Amino acid sequence: MNKLRKARPSRRPAPAREVGNGSRALPPGSAAPDFLLPSTPDQKVSLAEFRGRPVILAFYPADWSPVCGDQMSLYNEVKPEFDRCGAQLLGISVDGIWSHLAFERDRKLRFPLLSDFEPKGLIARAYGVYRGSEGVSERALFVIDGEGLIRWSHVSPIGVNPGADGILSALQEMTSKGGDL
Amino acid sequence: MKSTPVRSMLSLPVGPRDHAQGPATAAVTLVEYGDYECPHCARAYPIVKAIQDRMGDRLKFVFRNFPLRQVHPHAEDAAQAAEASAAGGKFWEMHDVLFENQSALEREDLVSYAAALGLDPAQIASDLDAGLYAARVQEDFLSGVRSGVNGTPCFFLNGVRYDEAWDGAEFIVAVEAAGMPARERRGPQSAR
Repeated sequence: MNKLRKARPSRRPAPAREVGNGSRALPPGSAAPDFLLPSTPDQKVSLAEFRGRPVILAFYPADWSPVCGDQMSLYNEVKPEFDRCGAQLLGISVDGIWSHLAFERDRKLRFPLLSDFEPKGLIARAYGVYRGSEGVSERALFVIDGEGLIRWSHVSPIGVNPGADGILSALQEMTSKGGDL
Repeated sequence: MKSTPVRSMLSLPVGPRDHAQGPATAAVTLVEYGDYECPHCARAYPIVKAIQDRMGDRLKFVFRNFPLRQVHPHAEDAAQAAEASAAGGKFWEMHDVLFENQSALEREDLVSYAAALGLDPAQIASDLDAGLYAARVQEDFLSGVRSGVNGTPCFFLNGVRYDEAWDGAEFIVAVEAAGMPARERRGPQSAR
């Protein structure tokens, strides 16, 4: 990963915009901290269970964003493209599980939302993307490979939905290198 | 590993495949990725019209499909109906009718709009049944995903994603500014 970064310095955006609010998001090359978080009242999801395939971990500040094309709804639409890359998408916020369930139903989401609710923001903190002042996570994306290594991360300004292009580029870059998903 | 570009750029340049209004040589090209069932897009529709009126020949406007199919069950059919109408030379007419009748986008509504525009309703119905324009709509959608479309409506000004509000005065200011030479554009900002 480091080699790649050095090889293409011009493609790295300005740090202020990239990281926003002085966040200390775990960079590519870091081991992705494991977690065990509820996705429904009686189910928990861990990162480790997806070993062998890429995981897209999408932290977002809160359920119920008031627009049609909010970040999770967008990813729901783009899910076939993530599937094509063999990747598992996981949304994660500090909202409680009942809020997640209602939100999932309302937006017809076809991927799990994990509740980083108790202790609040523990996993967001572990990934370096917790905003203590507001008590929510950053809008942060991590693409994790099948070995549990972070291969790409991005923190968006909290009001800006980052879209899906960065995720797809990261997944395809991993795929094109082959053999290490 | 590389990061998302700071400013998302249009990955598929505007070209002959696009539906466009305004001269090819216009100083500003405004691309909208939109969904005919999205209420925000319906709200943006008269705003874009007003900008077109004000900009005149200085603006080229392009509409591409970005149906949010999971939340808007009629969006895909409506997008295909507009594309099918394009084959009869009525893309923009259908585009307008769809946004002006957003609450009625059932299959029979789409066919009746086509008939009202002088298109062959049986042809539109069979095009929709066959999904003749599904690939075209999907191509638009994926080009949007690749360009960093992050919701609807999503606008690109001269190829760069517009991240500010589109329902206030800043939108027309940004569109106007995109048509000015870079030196003039920088002037007022550096004076601040």
